[in-house]
Amino acid sequence: MTTAGAEELPKKLQLYSFFMSSSSFRVRIALNLKGLDYEYKAINLFKREQHSPEFLKINPIGYVPALVDGDLVLADSFAIILYLEEKYPQHPLLPHDLEKRAINYQAANIISSSIQPLISLPILQYIGENVGPDANIPWIQKHVGKGFAALEKLLKGHAGKYATGDEIFLADLFLAPQIIGLTQRFNYDMTEFPLLSRLSEAYMQVPAIQDAMPDKQPDFPNN
Amino acid sequence: MVMMKDNGEEFPKKLQLYSFSTSPPSFSVRIALNLKGLDYEYKAVNLFKGEQHRPEFLKINPIGFIPALMDGDMVLADSFAIILYLEEKYPQHPLLPCDLAKRAINYQAANFVCSSIQPLIRLPILKYIGDNVGLEEKVPWVHKHVGKGFTALEKLLKDHAGKYATGDEIFLADVLLAPYIVGYLQRYNFDMSEYPLLSRLAEAYKQVPAIQDAMPEKQPDFPIN
Repeated sequence: MTTAGAEELPKKLQLYSFFMSSSSFRVRIALNLKGLDYEYKAINLFKREQHSPEFLKINPIGYVPALVDGDLVLADSFAIILYLEEKYPQHPLLPHDLEKRAINYQAANIISSSIQPLISLPILQYIGENVGPDANIPWIQKHVGKGFAALEKLLKGHAGKYATGDEIFLADLFLAPQIIGLTQRFNYDMTEFPLLSRLSEAYMQVPAIQDAMPDKQPDFPNN
Repeated sequence: MVMMKDNGEEFPKKLQLYSFSTSPPSFSVRIALNLKGLDYEYKAVNLFKGEQHRPEFLKINPIGFIPALMDGDMVLADSFAIILYLEEKYPQHPLLPCDLAKRAINYQAANFVCSSIQPLIRLPILKYIGDNVGLEEKVPWVHKHVGKGFTALEKLLKDHAGKYATGDEIFLADVLLAPYIVGYLQRYNFDMSEYPLLSRLAEAYKQVPAIQDAMPEKQPDFPIN
């Protein structure tokens, strides 16, 4: 949006994001699905920019992703997505049916609590340094395997084109980045997970997910 | 209220909670059920004995996670998902404030616990650390990850706390946080003195009947020894 005088009004929404972070990826999908324009503010986690005074001034907690909406600063991808859902109801991210909503909450939490925190960079670094460099792959296999097996069972009676039906909901926002990240970064073998594999292919056809991919972000190296 | 059949037997309670007395996520769900005045049948699953892997339990909950809630035909696991489901289905004693910004603070606090603290201090993870890094490493690991989460919570809640975490009523943030600060961390000699707000909240939580009744020591499966 521009006024005469040619400067852009600052965008109301700002997202502090790292291209590679699966939790940042989740929020980018949500913003895209809801058609919400936002300013991308890159925070490089490898360079520990989340600890920079400039970022901490805005978000004292130092977590990425973080959303700025006017005066409100909000961290944690799950909290951000639930906030966006309540404030910007277009393209709902939760179904009406209570039981289907519950399945979405559970699936999202399997990713955000049972899988992702255990395979974050700092944890993998600790395992590599303290158990041994050969320990990382079995560790990832074990925790991802357990979480993915749980998701296959959970979604079996509920999946349609996407995780919980024929529309994209909360569960998909958490699943897509995790599966895409694992297959791209670790060449993770998905053959034991036929439903998740099928979903993964469906996700690659969704523009809102495509546009949120790490290699489409301004801070992807060489972009 | 206990419903009785004509022959004197109790009707099965509609809600069943598969729980382990000392597990913080189970504790959180018990608090939520108590706050909402929801009667439920307690089904003990001993995580130390691996009872979550038993066929009888897996038949009911193929995912094998604890806590798990049965509500009629529906089975749901994961404490955060269960509590959001209870909030939507049984709206008495709301666990979320009306104000959107305050709700957002509750979601953040809840997830700091569910995604940053709990996953890293679960028993199987600590066992792995003990077996593969060293027994003496378990306590520093707990201190590090709990400390990081608690530091974030102190900052998050600083401008929002009242009698409880986000005001003068108990909400979602309190339900997820309370189990960790009313005694669970003593086994790891965790020093709460660096966390003045959380320490104050702990004292407030200990006075709340719904939390007292949910304490591990009050549960049917609390180990006597």
